[in-house]
Amino acid sequence: MAKQIIDDTIMENIEILAKLALTCEEREKAREKMQEMLDYIDKLNELNTEETEPLAHTFPVENVFREDVVTNGNSRDAMLANAPKSKDGQYQVPKTVQ
Amino acid sequence: MEIREMTALTLGCAIKSRQVGVREAVKACLDEIEKKDSTLHAFLETDEKKIYDRVKEVENGIKAGKYTGPLAGVPIAVKDNICTRNRKTTCASRILENFIPSYDAEAVRRIESAGMIVMGKTNMDEFAMGSTSETSAYGITRNPWDTEKVPGGSSGGSCAAVAADEVFAALGSDTGGSIRQPASYCGVVGMKPTYGTVSRYGLIAYASSLDQIGPVGKDVSDCAALLEASAGYDAKDSTSVLRKDLQFTRYLRQDLHGVKIGIPKEYLSEGLDEDVKRSLADAVQLMTKNGAVVEFFTLGLVDYVIPAYYIIASAEASSNLARFDGVKYGYRAEEFEGLHDMYKKTRAEGFGEEVRRRILLGSFVLSSGYYDAYYLKALKVKAMIKKAFDDAFLKYDMLIAPAAPSTAPAVGSSLADPLKMYLSDVYTAGVNLAGLPAISVPCGLDSSGMPVGLQFIGDCFQEKKIIQAAYAYEKIRGEFPKAYGKGVK
Repeated sequence: MAKQIIDDTIMENIEILAKLALTCEEREKAREKMQEMLDYIDKLNELNTEETEPLAHTFPVENVFREDVVTNGNSRDAMLANAPKSKDGQYQVPKTVQ
Repeated sequence: MEIREMTALTLGCAIKSRQVGVREAVKACLDEIEKKDSTLHAFLETDEKKIYDRVKEVENGIKAGKYTGPLAGVPIAVKDNICTRNRKTTCASRILENFIPSYDAEAVRRIESAGMIVMGKTNMDEFAMGSTSETSAYGITRNPWDTEKVPGGSSGGSCAAVAADEVFAALGSDTGGSIRQPASYCGVVGMKPTYGTVSRYGLIAYASSLDQIGPVGKDVSDCAALLEASAGYDAKDSTSVLRKDLQFTRYLRQDLHGVKIGIPKEYLSEGLDEDVKRSLADAVQLMTKNGAVVEFFTLGLVDYVIPAYYIIASAEASSNLARFDGVKYGYRAEEFEGLHDMYKKTRAEGFGEEVRRRILLGSFVLSSGYYDAYYLKALKVKAMIKKAFDDAFLKYDMLIAPAAPSTAPAVGSSLADPLKMYLSDVYTAGVNLAGLPAISVPCGLDSSGMPVGLQFIGDCFQEKKIIQAAYAYEKIRGEFPKAYGKGVK
């Protein structure tokens, strides 16, 4: 596989996905460090993994079900107390629809 | 013996036989914290009022026969990524600077039901991302053996607090070595149990498939006892494993006879500090003399552990940390235009550089067009690494390895070159990828007097084997020096 270069387009796309607003300086530094990391990570391409199944979980696991019953009490106030902004018992966010 | 010098189990015993009062034990810790923590900064929070309220509860509980366990009344510290009800839990991040959980992590609930007293929350690398405890948004922690050195990380606060006798034991979390490496740097014992043994409910997620809570203690017995108190099936964690062999203290037996131990040859190659190598060789000699059969072998794939680990951990981190958006908890940027701008500015201002770096890398390896080449590739390599360990455990009862390639580096020497810092996890991260249990025990000092850690790695669910071997080694090794703390009296 050819070496992956992190160009402006890719960097812009990653920032959108990561939801991070970086300054020019931060972006340049982040790009440089990510490039270093990717060059190193490319080492994995030395391994032939064609016959290998990906392992997401160490142990064989199945879906875990439980009864659909509420066990915790109402902690709305305690949770809202952590919100940067709340109003009338709800989270408050900037206007999203005109 | 002064109270602060006791192990957690000795103290628990002394409390039970009324030789030491719970209040006295707590006071001993608070005195040490007062004396040392302005220098060490192992704690982010200690709230005396809450502590003494809890002391009353525990005193009454012991009297009433509610708390009867071996660690009842013992003061303990909790890493700040583990939720504590009504006590700030920040993950050492600005983005959670004022977060007060409305619930306890299951591990905290369990240790409190066993009568332990949470003294405070310990410092760490921000969101457990780092190997030095220097990425904390609230200032660094220093190593009690030499305050010019880092304590390791990310559970650096927990390990420093135990090493400095500020507390008798602590909970940490280990995603790629974050308990075992700082335990090694601080000369204490630290253990990562088999994945699924301690509930992750209330552990603020970094890389969910690798994260495990584990004990930090002054010796192997304390770690076994604390693990026993914190482990157990929990329906609130869908990866929790139902196990019936959780009485870990039963395996504290001094017997190495016929134990087959493998040492991966690759672990002794380039990059390993000479002093660490020598300490390891001394430990091997001691164990062989006492009946263990130690053999070198080729584990394979060692060079691929760190690349696979960083892809998987960063990918999971980018997904897990998406919840920090300035809406439900913590920090929100002051100035922004509209919702998306609020998200982006909040996250850029709230997360530190290392955390941003891993979120960006994780977002990239999961993004359309790159997923197969990076993330899926890493999961396949993870399968191969797991297989390499599986094969090793067909031949050996356990593996031993250094906990880290060197002893604690100097403060300020690691962050400039993240890749180099990541490589210090080379002996620990494979254990997380394969879900294995491992324990780090102090095994020697380097030429400047800094502690070296020896890691015992077991097959899944074989804590009993590594606890027994680590305990036996600890006994034949004899007493280990304490942190003198140059600069901390």
